[in-house]
Amino acid sequence: MSGCFLHRIRLAALVAAASLLLMSSLALAQPGTPVAPPEFTSSAEETRFHALVSELRCVMCQNQSLADSNAQIATDLRREVLELMRQGKSDREIKEFLVARYGEFVLYRPQVESKTWLLWFGPLLILLAGGAVVVAVVRKRAGATNPATDEDQEW
Amino acid sequence: MRLMPLLVVAALGVLLAAGVWMSRNPNREALPSPLIGKAAPTFELPVLHEAGRLFGTRDLQGAPYLLNVWGSWCPACRDEHPVLTRFAESKRVRVVGFNWNDEHADAMAWLEQFGNPYWIVVTDREGKVAIDWGIYGAPESFLVDGKGVVRWKFVGPLTDEVIAQQLLPKLAEIERAP
Repeated sequence: MSGCFLHRIRLAALVAAASLLLMSSLALAQPGTPVAPPEFTSSAEETRFHALVSELRCVMCQNQSLADSNAQIATDLRREVLELMRQGKSDREIKEFLVARYGEFVLYRPQVESKTWLLWFGPLLILLAGGAVVVAVVRKRAGATNPATDEDQEW
Repeated sequence: MRLMPLLVVAALGVLLAAGVWMSRNPNREALPSPLIGKAAPTFELPVLHEAGRLFGTRDLQGAPYLLNVWGSWCPACRDEHPVLTRFAESKRVRVVGFNWNDEHADAMAWLEQFGNPYWIVVTDREGKVAIDWGIYGAPESFLVDGKGVVRWKFVGPLTDEVIAQQLLPKLAEIERAP
């Protein structure tokens, strides 16, 4: 029994050492030291923070939100977002702060403006065009239907 | 009406060709900087080689400079280093090192090992100034003119081609109309 227990401890130590090694080798690719996760003063603050960072794109990794990314820059930006929140900035102001520095790209939901109309309304336009084509085809077929063919049908 | 499917296929083909054409740009992951044409964000940061001394945009006024973002943790900066050294040795423009998110000892060791191409090196330990500049990776390089306006930015390691085809013409343009 005790042998098994000891073995388990040794195994745990090995796993811990291996993961430490792995972490340190990963750390080479990223700057700085690991930063403790932010401490929130209230659950409302936490909720707002999470909503905000999940709407902001990590500038480094591009397919992740700020909330999901482990990149150092994402950590720095999360800290900045929390700081701006505590300075009393609105969500809009925080997004504007980041857009001024990193461009529209940081927003997962781009702002509605002339430049992004196609992005916002393009799918709707395609849907409408598709609908129009379907209506046209159906009308044409209905008009072309020969009453004689109806009689040939078995049902 | 009978040509409709053909037209649709042709349109899709054009779309595909455009996509392939656009993805030829090797630097397509680089974000366009909203800072181009605007005043460079001001900063005052510690100098790497002199404890206690601060250096910033105020000290850089009057002549153009190239701000190069690097860190000892950044493998691409090592690739860039010989290219940057060659460029700095031409003394075409002041090359300011922006040591980002680095340990002081690591940064010093890095420069000791590979050589110091910089006119001066400032350190941004917390990465706050980096956010103002819209920096998101290293290396990145900014060309700022004598009035303090950002005129050009490059993300990724500088190469001889990039310097010859982009940086030098931009620099000449700045010097013609300062």
